[in-house]
Amino acid sequence: MKRWLFLAALLVVAGYLISGGVWLHPFGEPARSEMDRFFIENAQKEVAANNVVTSIVFDYRGYDTLGEATVLFAAVVGVALLLRKVKG
Amino acid sequence: MGNMPFVVSMILVGLGFLALITRRNLIKLAIGISVIEMGVNLFLVSLGYVKGGIAPIYTYAPPGFKEMVFPTPQALTLTAIVIGLATTALMLAFAVVIYRHRGTLDAGKIRELRG
Amino acid sequence: MSVIVRTISRVVAPVALAFGAYVIMHGHLTPGGGFQGGAVVASVVALLVVAFGAERWKKWIKVLLPLEDTAALAFVILAFLGVGATFFRNVLAGSGGLFGAPVPQPGPNPGALNTAGTLPLMNWAVGFKVLAGLGAVVLLLALFGREDG
Repeated sequence: MKRWLFLAALLVVAGYLISGGVWLHPFGEPARSEMDRFFIENAQKEVAANNVVTSIVFDYRGYDTLGEATVLFAAVVGVALLLRKVKG
Repeated sequence: MGNMPFVVSMILVGLGFLALITRRNLIKLAIGISVIEMGVNLFLVSLGYVKGGIAPIYTYAPPGFKEMVFPTPQALTLTAIVIGLATTALMLAFAVVIYRHRGTLDAGKIRELRG
Repeated sequence: MSVIVRTISRVVAPVALAFGAYVIMHGHLTPGGGFQGGAVVASVVALLVVAFGAERWKKWIKVLLPLEDTAALAFVILAFLGVGATFFRNVLAGSGGLFGAPVPQPGPNPGALNTAGTLPLMNWAVGFKVLAGLGAVVLLLALFGREDG
């Protein structure tokens, strides 16, 4: 019984998501983004990197990468703690 | 039909939710969460696509290119993929430890055996 | 595994290692970077574990876990290089020294390896971090539950 309730709720959520996808802006024509234009035009001049994505990951938005490295470190520490050898 | 990438990523998210609701196996729950992550990543990347744009890389770019796709969603998706990988590894480690201690991967039985 | 799998993985593993190193090294020029190259190298670890068994690589965990910590520390130190202006300031870009050359020409160009300041160094740090972390996770998952593990 509870499962059917969950499935009905899932249908509502999925219909909401898919209709949101249908009525979003047309694919390939996003709104103008000044930030992305700035990155594309100035990455070669300021960072001297040909790869704009890497210059964003490591330079413009380096804090994101720092947080991501922290999450990866925490996950590896967690796995090492969980799977450590148990004595006895 | 022009918005097919958005719709497909949303269908992926819905399928992941379906797996989370109907399955009891812990490994299958991890697969469902991974499918949701993939749908969200696909949605993020397809949000930044510009029609006729090339990849935002200048090395050997075609000389007469008109525009590039947006680089910021791609950079954030890169971060999201690595975080998804880390969480997947942690989930699988939890599943392995639970199977070792309880002898089952069924989420319902694990709850019954508590205490 | 069988002798076929072992032979093929002996051939494939060095090639995949070189490809991972290439992806990390050219992260500021071509698609790819530290994460992707590190994942490629970690897949080599998974291949070796599948082909030769996890017991043989057990002592590598003692190398991989400190390597991940060292790479994380190197990443933070590289970020601290620019703390005179701001955190994560790219001090090496355009300085003329190591990795300090400007791009050959604005717009499309063949690319030069000696550009982009701290980006290649950060790519190496993150690449080592990802390969050590994921390789250690793969080894730990494969070794868990063995009696002598």
